[in-house]
Amino acid sequence: MEKISSITGRFVVLPVQDIDTDQIIPARYLKVTDKSGLAEGLFFAWRFNADGSPKPDFVLNRPEAQGATILVAGRNFGCGSSREHAPWALQGYGFQAVISPYFADIFRNNALKNGLLPVQVDEETYEQLVSLFDEDPTTEVRIDLESQSVTLPDGRSARFPIDPFAKHCLLNGVDQMGFLLAEEPAIAAYEAGHAPRVVTTRS
Amino acid sequence: MTIPRTLFDKIWESHIVRQQTAETPAVLYIDLHLIHEVTSPQAFTELRQRGLKVRRPDRTLATMDHSTPTTPRGPDGIIPVIDAQAVAQLGQLETNCADFGIPLFKLGSANQGIVHVIGPEQGLTQPGMTIVCGDSHTSTHGAFGALAFGIGTSEVAHVLATQCLIQNRPRTMEVRVDGRPGFGVTAKDIILAIIARYGVGAGTGHVFEYTGAAIRALSMEERMTICNMSIEGGARAGMIAPDDTTFQYIAGRPFAPQGAAWEAALAQWRSLPTDAGATYDRTITLDASQLTPMITYGTNPGMGMPIDGRIPLPEEMPDPSARQALDKALRYMDLRPGEPLLGHKIDVVFLGSCTNSRISDLRLAAGMLKGRRVAEGVRMLVVPGSQQVRQQAEAEGLHEVFRAAGAEWREAGCSACLGMNDDKVPAGKYAVSTSNRNFEGRQGPGARTFLASPVTAVAAAIEGAVADPRKYLRN
Ligand code: SF4
Repeated sequence: MEKISSITGRFVVLPVQDIDTDQIIPARYLKVTDKSGLAEGLFFAWRFNADGSPKPDFVLNRPEAQGATILVAGRNFGCGSSREHAPWALQGYGFQAVISPYFADIFRNNALKNGLLPVQVDEETYEQLVSLFDEDPTTEVRIDLESQSVTLPDGRSARFPIDPFAKHCLLNGVDQMGFLLAEEPAIAAYEAGHAPRVVTTRS
Repeated sequence: MTIPRTLFDKIWESHIVRQQTAETPAVLYIDLHLIHEVTSPQAFTELRQRGLKVRRPDRTLATMDHSTPTTPRGPDGIIPVIDAQAVAQLGQLETNCADFGIPLFKLGSANQGIVHVIGPEQGLTQPGMTIVCGDSHTSTHGAFGALAFGIGTSEVAHVLATQCLIQNRPRTMEVRVDGRPGFGVTAKDIILAIIARYGVGAGTGHVFEYTGAAIRALSMEERMTICNMSIEGGARAGMIAPDDTTFQYIAGRPFAPQGAAWEAALAQWRSLPTDAGATYDRTITLDASQLTPMITYGTNPGMGMPIDGRIPLPEEMPDPSARQALDKALRYMDLRPGEPLLGHKIDVVFLGSCTNSRISDLRLAAGMLKGRRVAEGVRMLVVPGSQQVRQQAEAEGLHEVFRAAGAEWREAGCSACLGMNDDKVPAGKYAVSTSNRNFEGRQGPGARTFLASPVTAVAAAIEGAVADPRKYLRN
């Protein structure tokens, strides 16, 4: 896992609440057995017409949105299915962080596992970002993980919460699988001390 | 005196391998890991790259359900898979299970089915367990008093390699449903009403425990319908305390404990329900006696209303963001605020999914459809949740009822629930579906979904339009 300390970049705004993972990446893109090709399916139905041509008025297709690395979206972002293809698709497209008033639990977990930063801000900060983007879509913001803050160009800044362990892992490039594997003695001790609740799944 | 604890507290605490600290989350032991073809391939790739084994293949079970076709078998008894990507994905699961020693219910085999249907059916889902799967509707298994939740693919790899997960302790929310449900009101209507009232984000960060007289009165299959849609209410898990209804359902199933082990299990299960005086972080309530059959009109499961209701007006929404969401949803659905849905023409009826594809759902639907016909121009798909359900239904002759009515009787799987296999709702068409998500494009690009109970779905099939099921039911 790569280390992350801060992200500075332009953002795009998708001012829609409850964006579900079927919008982020439709199920027909989930037939891959690796992580390739997912960026193509990102927000597919909103980005493309039925004939495959881009919808010019969708925000990601607008010239000023090109090169943005941060997505700002309405509350309850990532609700719905547990597909980790959602953060994979967002990252594949070039996003490094998503800012929203709040995230669905499974999406937040999945994003953190992949180094896509879920930045939870208050509604007021969210609204400020929405209007900043309206005024000037080339505005840049800075997200600093160490201080857990988002800073707007005029110096205003908002703090965001993050699980301390996830933060530690992101800042230091620590791999959670490695952390769990190191728990082997405790896992073995747990198994030795508890009767199995599932004896076997083999018939 | 010991501190009173909730059902959740008891299960959580009995699965702690490493306590949560200020710096690190808890390490939680997982009793049962269910996997399917869609969310597992990249996890096995990670295992191979790191040279890891599956720690407990004997606590892991795989099935094929999402990308599988539900088309009838060929003369050789095999269900043909045509989509090359699906073939590759299913083949990959088979290879992975063979390489790592994981039991697999292959497509078309006697026990194959939707992952959340087969666990309970096999008696693997039991009270007091921790159960995970790379699938958000794992919440279904909570109906048995288990802590069951969906995980992403990175976490699937964690569980495969270590049988554990890194978890922060969630908060608890009691969802108390009192009162006797009115005529024609099913478990599906109860959960749709909860989500309509409290919203799709209400349960974020929480585990639901459903309590109250209306919940206690439900059968196991009805409880599964309720817990299934906890995730639509924002909660990763939903649970119901085990009781005699639970124990009776499990007894005698293939993987249920037997003999002395059964007695021991029973004693332990009886200690699980929430203690008197235990507290939840939050409580929400619903009076089931006030409910009518429900239907959704919008593009998230919270956009629901009584079947005879009217679509809300923008000014009735709580805030500008919700107004915009309503506007966007109605544009997608091509519906207008203030209109009723009763009588609205429909094109497809989908009876299936891990929410409502069990034998009791099929019995209810067949009972209503018997001697009646699916309206001209309406396609009705009846998709049993598993091969076991399918066999049971056929033994009871239910498939004949569906066929005689003009509905399609299909093989087991997720089918039209998610628009990933061949079963889809065409663009612009309206479907009444017994599944759990009405998101834009969920049932196929451009598809428009009304979520409802099996009886409401059948009523719509008969009339070719959204209809009140109560006129077809005997009081
Ligand atoms: S039936 Fe639908 S909701 Fe259930 S597991 Fe399958 S795709 Fe998911």
